[in-house]
Amino acid sequence: MDGATFHSVTLDPAKCTGCTTCIRYCPTEAIRVRKGRASIMDDRCIDCGECIRVCPHSAKKALSDPLAALERFPLRVAIPAPTLYGQFDEKFTVDRILGGLLALGFSDVVEVAWAAELVAQATADWMAAAEGEGPWISSACPAVVKLLQVRFPSLLDKLVPVLSPMEAAARIVKERLYPGRSDVGVFFISPCAAKVTVSRYPQGARVSAVDGVIGIKDVYLALRNVLPSVEEKPLGHAGARGIAWAHIDGESDAVGDPRGISVSGIADVIGVFEALENGKLRNVAFIEALACPAGCVGGPLTVENPYIARARIRARERRIALLEQRPSPVSAEGLELLWEEGVSARPALRLDPDMLKAMIMMEEMEQVLSSLPGLDCGSCGAPSCRAFAEDVARGQALITDCIFKLRENVRKLAEQLIDMERMQPPGLDRE
Amino acid sequence: MKLHYEVPGDDLSLAGRASTEVKRALGRLGIDPVEIKRVAVAMYEAEINMVIHAGGGTAEADISPERVTVVLADHGPGIADLDLAMQEGYSTAPESVREMGFGAGMGLPNIKRNADDLHIDTALGLGTTVTIVIKLKTG
Ligand SMILES: Nc1ncnc2c1ncn2[C@@H]1O[C@H](COP(=O)(O)OP(=O)(O)OP(=O)(O)O)[C@@H](O)[C@H]1O
Ligand code: SF4
Ligand code: SF4
Ligand SMILES: [Mg+2]
Repeated sequence: MDGATFHSVTLDPAKCTGCTTCIRYCPTEAIRVRKGRASIMDDRCIDCGECIRVCPHSAKKALSDPLAALERFPLRVAIPAPTLYGQFDEKFTVDRILGGLLALGFSDVVEVAWAAELVAQATADWMAAAEGEGPWISSACPAVVKLLQVRFPSLLDKLVPVLSPMEAAARIVKERLYPGRSDVGVFFISPCAAKVTVSRYPQGARVSAVDGVIGIKDVYLALRNVLPSVEEKPLGHAGARGIAWAHIDGESDAVGDPRGISVSGIADVIGVFEALENGKLRNVAFIEALACPAGCVGGPLTVENPYIARARIRARERRIALLEQRPSPVSAEGLELLWEEGVSARPALRLDPDMLKAMIMMEEMEQVLSSLPGLDCGSCGAPSCRAFAEDVARGQALITDCIFKLRENVRKLAEQLIDMERMQPPGLDRE
Repeated sequence: MKLHYEVPGDDLSLAGRASTEVKRALGRLGIDPVEIKRVAVAMYEAEINMVIHAGGGTAEADISPERVTVVLADHGPGIADLDLAMQEGYSTAPESVREMGFGAGMGLPNIKRNADDLHIDTALGLGTTVTIVIKLKTG
């Protein structure tokens, strides 16, 4: 796989029962069930994690790193997503949670929430100077960027070309805290699978400064167990504005343009992009779009319910807002936060590169579709009759994979058999 | 090839479905995103007009490698003064839909801006047929 096809959401074939639950929830219709197992079409997957969330058999997982991956580096720096703070009761302070990460074997911590404040400023600055028309779309959620690449390529030029808080934090570690050192490993403590993907195939950067991505759920228990005994040190530097990035509205508030829309959850994100593509969103300057319900607190690799986590984060924001913000751990003056390169469209939904061929295939697709029952029952392994018709036109499925079509054929065959049975061999056929 | 859609006039929440379907079809054909967007904007505005001003109708998209032709036909009240209707800011939309962000009188001008060819056939009391042509350079 390469940058165009790599995704970190994968199937554990041993656990998959082929129940077809997941196929309906995938926003790019990337999943098919074949021979009793789900499989993901690589070029279509946007790593949104919907299938991880809905799988009743926990057969979908992210290719994140285990905690043991730390051993690869003599000096290991944790960069936790602000979402981590929402996993624990507020009685455990941010300082304590960060201290807990040190107790788990990290040598240092830098908060992604702190880097998020720099990213918010860079975003506001970029928008103020931007030529052309908005609304500008945040590029902080990698699943959303991939969604644009696959489903809304006409909106790609609306992306704000500023690095994500994760990437910004990782760069600060490598360029400012430990410059010129090759023994430093930077580990993102992640709410989602999409961040695993961009740590390998970054968006807007040539190489990622992130060396590993560990799911929040994979550190949760160990961290929870050490928290009560951690000695609190002044490790937290992020203000309320940065911590708020863990949930919907946090980024918009931090960027500060009042003409913004914040949208979370992949279905509603798609709805907003449809409206934008139809030219319906006038007088909107900025779109904060997050693939997960309620934002990153709803990430598929989290433990706590998204809304409980959000309430906790907001309680922390209120508390932190009363304190004086600590001085930055290191200067980020002059750090380059703008994208080094753009992201391009991924024509994964195109039927064929040759438009005439694609048209013939689409004619066939429409024809097949009109012959199907339209029940979207899923027994064929495709998410809808339309998607199945598309698979048939692409030559990836047989029309008899549809149980109704199969039955129709069997009935025809039976009728033919009866007809044949009536026909006597000419030698026996006496009046 | 032709795609055909019924556009119901009694449910504003469904308005825009036909444009979305056409958009997806154009994506499957690998049409240039910029051109898809022009089709989307023009067709969406005409579809919404049909729902808001004319009680629904039918939409048909004819796609060839050279052009996309969208025909939206309704049996609504028709447009009394087409020149006036084409002006930015002119609208007869009722207050109820203005609250939903429609009725700025920008729809028809917007269609004109995005279409390579726009033809509106309208008769009072009989209905309106809007024909939008978008030329493709992809073909
Ligand atoms: N299909 C139609 N049937 C009858 N009248 C129409 C139709 N389409 C447009 N009109 C008339 O033309 C006017 C201008 O249309 P236009 O789309 O430009 O603005 P609008 O629909 O009122 O507002 P907006 O499109 O900005 O939401 C409408 O207010 C309406 O009076
Ligand atoms: S992660 Fe999202 S896009 Fe990928 S297969 Fe699962 S549901 Fe589909
Ligand atoms: S909303 Fe946040 S957690 Fe979910 S995919 Fe996007 S970046 Fe990851
Ligand atoms: Mg209109």
